[in-house]
Amino acid sequence: MKKLVLASLFTTLLAAPALQAADYVIDTQGAHAFVQFKVSHLGYSWLHGRFNTFSGTFSYDDKNLAASKIQLDIDTKSVDSNHAERDKHLRSPDFLNVDKNGKASFVSSKVVPKDGANFDLVGNFTLNGVTKEITIAAMKTGEGKDPWGGYRAGFEGKTSINLSDYGIKNILGPASETVHLDLVVEGVRK
Amino acid sequence: MQPTDNSYSAVSKLLHWLMALMIFGLFGVGFWMVDLTYYSAWYKTAPHYHKSVGIVLAVLLLVRLAVFFKNRKPAPLASHSLLVQRASKLTHGLLYVLLFFIVVTGYLISTADNRGIEVFNWFVVPGFGEFFGQQADRAGLLHQWLAYGLIALAVLHALGALKHHFIDKDATLKRMWWSKTDNAPVSKNLTGSTDLTNSTEENS
Repeated sequence: MKKLVLASLFTTLLAAPALQAADYVIDTQGAHAFVQFKVSHLGYSWLHGRFNTFSGTFSYDDKNLAASKIQLDIDTKSVDSNHAERDKHLRSPDFLNVDKNGKASFVSSKVVPKDGANFDLVGNFTLNGVTKEITIAAMKTGEGKDPWGGYRAGFEGKTSINLSDYGIKNILGPASETVHLDLVVEGVRK
Repeated sequence: MQPTDNSYSAVSKLLHWLMALMIFGLFGVGFWMVDLTYYSAWYKTAPHYHKSVGIVLAVLLLVRLAVFFKNRKPAPLASHSLLVQRASKLTHGLLYVLLFFIVVTGYLISTADNRGIEVFNWFVVPGFGEFFGQQADRAGLLHQWLAYGLIALAVLHALGALKHHFIDKDATLKRMWWSKTDNAPVSKNLTGSTDLTNSTEENS
């Protein structure tokens, strides 16, 4: 009996940090995070692409969601739309101008909890050297122990930006002015 | 088919002029197509033809090198000084080298993602993916600057030929054309060029 009490106390102690703010590293190592975009093609269909290289951290508190923070750096050279010639064009000064602006980033400034697992993530998004405040509609998708001794928390978020807001001339037609961003973030607790 | 002492073989002549036409055409189209707007009717077709003709040019380049090594070139004109002979040899060599690397870099742009190159919808040249990082971008930059270099050198090459034809009045250009070339002896040629120098001075 004594043993059992000790054991449960021990378990509680171990589990306790999960209830407080904790720092997470976005799992780019295991590629359990995705920075994806989609943009209309001619107004008829969708083109999907992603950034393959990025890194970031977040801190997250289940009990005090508003205190959460996230910081994400994206290597714009790593744009990948599954077509080398198109990616070359996307990296050129016509679009991302990666020789000049090799980095895009998002730094959160405010978290506004909404119903259930949903929340608004407000922050500064920098792309093509231009920084604007954007709001990402986000939600927690889950958290818990992983099978390999770690602890993980997952989120997803959606937002959209206009090319012209970031100094990118839209040469693709009116339907392609808006780029939809789709973020999937899984963090491993430090 | 073999080159005579004073002229290139018929195959060499044909290849020379056909490839010259293709090279200037490819350069013009390449220069123009990279700035086409997305909604231009040529946005997809121009690169398609550029690549198709480029692959055909690559094949012709191989044929031409084979012909070159089989037939060799006619001996340099005796009226050409050693300096002229060396300069033209260097220019010709560089033209081949530039052409080779332009073809290779062009291939590397379009095949960086394993896609093949469709040649006039006849057949597909397979792609072998990325050999180095940012392949499409780096090969693209090289392709562009090597092409500028090639065109500059080709213009120099053409100016040289025209100078030999109109000013030196020797057989340099004629023996790459289908005109009768008289086997001009050295001495006669030298006299000819001296006369010309005098006459141009009078004209100017």
